[in-house]
Amino acid sequence: MKTEQGAWNPYVAGALSGLLGVFSVVVAGKFMGASTTFVRASGMIEKMFVPETVANTAYYMSKGLQFDWQFLFVIGICIGSLIASLTSKTFVWQAVPTMWENRHGGSVARRGVVAFVGGMVAMYGARLAGGCPSGHGLSGLTQLSVSGFIAAACFFAGGMLMAALVFPRSRQERHG
Amino acid sequence: MALIYGLITGIVFGFLLQKARVIRYDKQLGALRLKDMTIVKFMLSNIIVGMVGIYILNDMGMVRLSVKATSIGANALGGIVFGLGWGLLGYCPGTAAGALGEGRWDALWGIGGMLVGASLFAHTYPVLKSTVYTWGNLGKITLPQMLGISHWPVIIGLVILYVLVLGWFEKKGL
Repeated sequence: MKTEQGAWNPYVAGALSGLLGVFSVVVAGKFMGASTTFVRASGMIEKMFVPETVANTAYYMSKGLQFDWQFLFVIGICIGSLIASLTSKTFVWQAVPTMWENRHGGSVARRGVVAFVGGMVAMYGARLAGGCPSGHGLSGLTQLSVSGFIAAACFFAGGMLMAALVFPRSRQERHG
Repeated sequence: MALIYGLITGIVFGFLLQKARVIRYDKQLGALRLKDMTIVKFMLSNIIVGMVGIYILNDMGMVRLSVKATSIGANALGGIVFGLGWGLLGYCPGTAAGALGEGRWDALWGIGGMLVGASLFAHTYPVLKSTVYTWGNLGKITLPQMLGISHWPVIIGLVILYVLVLGWFEKKGL
């Protein structure tokens, strides 16, 4: 098994995160998810500029525009990652991922535009599907929900298709 | 109180994601390019432990399930659209927050895009509700319910399947 220097075994970290998920349901009655937080955040931002429009947008109203368990969960992920990276000296201020740079160059603007469009498309899809890889993938498959199996399979199908377009296999790779 | 539990759960989850290197663009695209299955190993280990744990506690009456509704149209179409965006961004909503935490600040562009995508969705939802969502609407259903059998044979079968998949990844050196 290949693991990077200093990285935790993904099976151990994954199993521990599974236990964390079970504890979360027992203690707080909450299954992990992340994408609804982005709906609440966008609703809160819009509310500052066009409060009436937001009040008439049924989807925003159905989610409730306040800081809830999941909102703090997402902020916590950022903090937890910061702590882990600082304590293991793996924090890197990086604008362009290595794999991207090797194929598409180091332009921050180019990576920025693609990342922005990617985020927009991904979130639209996640909300349409009813969840993201944590809500549908982890929590959905944990509960054996049919929606989770369909969504998770489609996440990977769409992702593999786009990855093949962003990183087309060279002639050498196909034949070598 | 729920807010504090959410924050603590998030911090521990983010810590584990970073330690396993799951939040990196290179790991996520590595999986989508079928070159490095680190994120799938993490996910399947999480699911195996979570599935067994949650259903044991559910049988004991200690937890309640919270199953998302199934609409084949919305789950499948939304899933593929999500995947296409994920392949461009290289982070999903949770891992984008984690990637930012370890200094990969291209995640910020992605988070900005996600906020715009969420807004677009909220404003187009009425149209979708009367169309895509009605295609193959099965309600809040689990796999054992659909098959009409007890959940344990399904769980045991899936654990065996997931372990076989993981064993295959190891054999292939992914």
